[in-house]
Amino acid sequence: MKYFRLLRVSLLRKKFRTLLTIGSFAVAMFLFGLLITIRTSFNQGIEVAGADRLIIMNRITFIQPLPSSYSGRITSIPGVKQITHATWFGGIYQDEKNFFPQFAIEPESWRVMYPEYVVPDDQWKTFLNDRQGAIVGEGTAKRFKWKVGDRIPIKGAIYSGNWQFNIDGIYKGSRKTDDTTQFWFHYDNLNESPAMFYKNTVGWYVVRLNNPDDATQIVKKIDDTFANSSFETKSDTELAFAAGFAKQTGNIEFLMLSIGAIVFFTLLLVTGNTMAIAVRERTPELAILKALGYSNSFILIYVIAESVSIAIIGGIVGLGFAKLVTLGGSPAPDMLPLFYLPMAQAGYGVIVALIIGGLAGLIPAITASRLRVVDALRKV
Amino acid sequence: MVRVDGNGNGNSLISVRNLGKNYRRGSEEIHVLQGLNLDVDAGDFVAFMGPSGSGKTTLLNLLGGLDVPSQGSIRVAGDEITHMSAGKLTVWRARHVGFVFQMFNLIPVLTAFQNVELPLLLTSLSKSERRTHVESALTLVGLADRMKHFPRQLSGGQEQRVAIARAIVTDPTFLLCDEPTGDLDRHSADEVLELVQRLARDHKKTVLLVTHDPLAAERAHSILHLDKGVLAEAQSAGSRA
Repeated sequence: MKYFRLLRVSLLRKKFRTLLTIGSFAVAMFLFGLLITIRTSFNQGIEVAGADRLIIMNRITFIQPLPSSYSGRITSIPGVKQITHATWFGGIYQDEKNFFPQFAIEPESWRVMYPEYVVPDDQWKTFLNDRQGAIVGEGTAKRFKWKVGDRIPIKGAIYSGNWQFNIDGIYKGSRKTDDTTQFWFHYDNLNESPAMFYKNTVGWYVVRLNNPDDATQIVKKIDDTFANSSFETKSDTELAFAAGFAKQTGNIEFLMLSIGAIVFFTLLLVTGNTMAIAVRERTPELAILKALGYSNSFILIYVIAESVSIAIIGGIVGLGFAKLVTLGGSPAPDMLPLFYLPMAQAGYGVIVALIIGGLAGLIPAITASRLRVVDALRKV
Repeated sequence: MVRVDGNGNGNSLISVRNLGKNYRRGSEEIHVLQGLNLDVDAGDFVAFMGPSGSGKTTLLNLLGGLDVPSQGSIRVAGDEITHMSAGKLTVWRARHVGFVFQMFNLIPVLTAFQNVELPLLLTSLSKSERRTHVESALTLVGLADRMKHFPRQLSGGQEQRVAIARAIVTDPTFLLCDEPTGDLDRHSADEVLELVQRLARDHKKTVLLVTHDPLAAERAHSILHLDKGVLAEAQSAGSRA
C-alpha cells in the first residue's frame, strides 16, 4: 500500500491524457459489453436447452407439418418418457414489427414438458377452460402492456382470419435466461378452425427421454420409424436444434470475435503508445528511483501497474455503462428478446481489460526496467 | 585522510585500486579513467575538480554503483562492489549511498516530504517511523516548514536542500554530490555548500563532491584533481592553509 501513492500520482500527473486513455478503454469495453449481450441473446436457446429433450420436425423444413397421429407411435418407442407438440402460428399483432413467437400447444403435456415456465395454478385453470384463452410470457406482456383479462386481436398470416385471444395467464421463467416472449394458445382452437389447411397435423414434437445418454440411439429409431413415409422426420436434441436455429442468423460468434479483436487490437496500440510516451517523459525520474535503490523488477511492475490500473478503471466504467444500458431493456425485442449482460461475462470483460492493460504496458515497462541510470541521467 | 598512491592502510572506508573505465565510440576506445587509486577514510570530505571530460562524474558513478568499471576494484565499508550483480548493487546502493545531483532530480508530483520519504519506502520502517525520519531530515536542511510544498513551489536552493534531505534520510555510509551547486546562484550555492559542510563537520558524514567551483572545493578537507582520467594531485586543508 505504501507504493500506492506513487501509482496514484503517476496516473494523475497528466490528468487529461489519463482520462482520454481511460475513456478509450471505457468505450471499447462498453462495445465489448454490448457484443457479449447480443451473443448471449442469440445463444439463449442453447443455454437453456433441456439435456433430455428431443425436437422432432419435418425432414424437409421446419415449417412443414407432421401428422398428429405420430404421437402414439413416437411414445411407443422405448426410452421415450413424455411427448408434446407445438405448431407455429406466425400471426401479426397490430404491426409486423411487433414480432413474438406464437405456438398452438397441447396444454397439459406442454406444461409437463416445460416445468421451467411457471404459470400460477389459477391462471392455468382458467386457460384450460377457455377455448380462446392464451398464456403469454411476462417479457411480451410487459412489452405490450398486456395484463390478465385483456382480449388480444392477432391477424393470421399463415392461418388466415382475425383471431381473438383472451390473456388468461402470464408465465415467468424460473431462470433468468428463460425465454419469456412466447405466446401459447390451444391447439384445438387452431385445428378446428376453417383456417387450418392441414387438419390433424402439428408443427413439431417435443420428446423427453428416460435417459439423455440414449439420445443418439432414440433419434435414429424415431427417424427410421418414419423413413420413406409422406412425412419423414428429422430429430435432434433440443441443444443441437437451438444451436442450428442460432446459426440461421449467421455466424454471430465469428462476427463478434472479429469486431472484438479489431477493437482490442486498436486499444492495445493506443494504450501501448500512451504508456511509451509516459515512460519516455519520466525517464529521469525512473532513473532517480533506480539510483535510490528501486530494483528493475519494481520499475517493471510499477509501469505495468499503471497501465493495468487505467485498463481496469476504463473496463469497469465501460462495462458498468453497458450493464446500465441493458437494464433499460432490449432495443429490438423481436430480434433480441433476452437482452442482458450476465455478471460472469462482465467479469470476463474486466479480465480481458486487465490482460490488454498488462500487454500494453509490457514493452514500455521492460524498456523502463532496463534503463541504465547513468545514460538516463545524462539526458536530464 | 585521503591517499591516491594506492598505499592505504586497508582501514579506509573507500578503497579504490587500479580503477579503469573505457568507452567505445565507434571503432575508437576512450579511456576515461586509468589506473586510479584512492583511499578515503570515514568522515572525510573530498572535493574532485578537473576540466570537463576529465572523468569526475564517471568516477562518482562508479563509486556509487551506478556504473561498472572496465578494470580494477572498489571496496566500500568492506564490500567489494565491482563484481556485484545488478540486483545486489541496487540493494547496496539503497543502504550505503546518498546521491545529490546537479539538477536536483526531485519527483515533481510529490511534495518535499514525499520526495524525502522515497528511499524509506524500501525499508521496513513503519509509517510513523518514516515520518519521524523525514521530519528530522527536512529539519536538518532547514525546510521543516516546506514539507507540503511541491518542487515547483520551492526555489532552486530549497529544491537542492530537499534533495540533500532525501540523500541523508536513510543515514547512508557516504554522500556523493555531483555538481550540487552547478545550477544555483551564488547565494543559494553558499547555503547548500554550508549545509554539506555541516553534514561532514557536525554529523561526521563522508562526502565526495564533484565540482568546477573552486569556492565549493575550498570547503572540503581535501581537493583531488582529475585530469585525463588520472588523479593528478591531492591537496589537504592543512597544506592549503
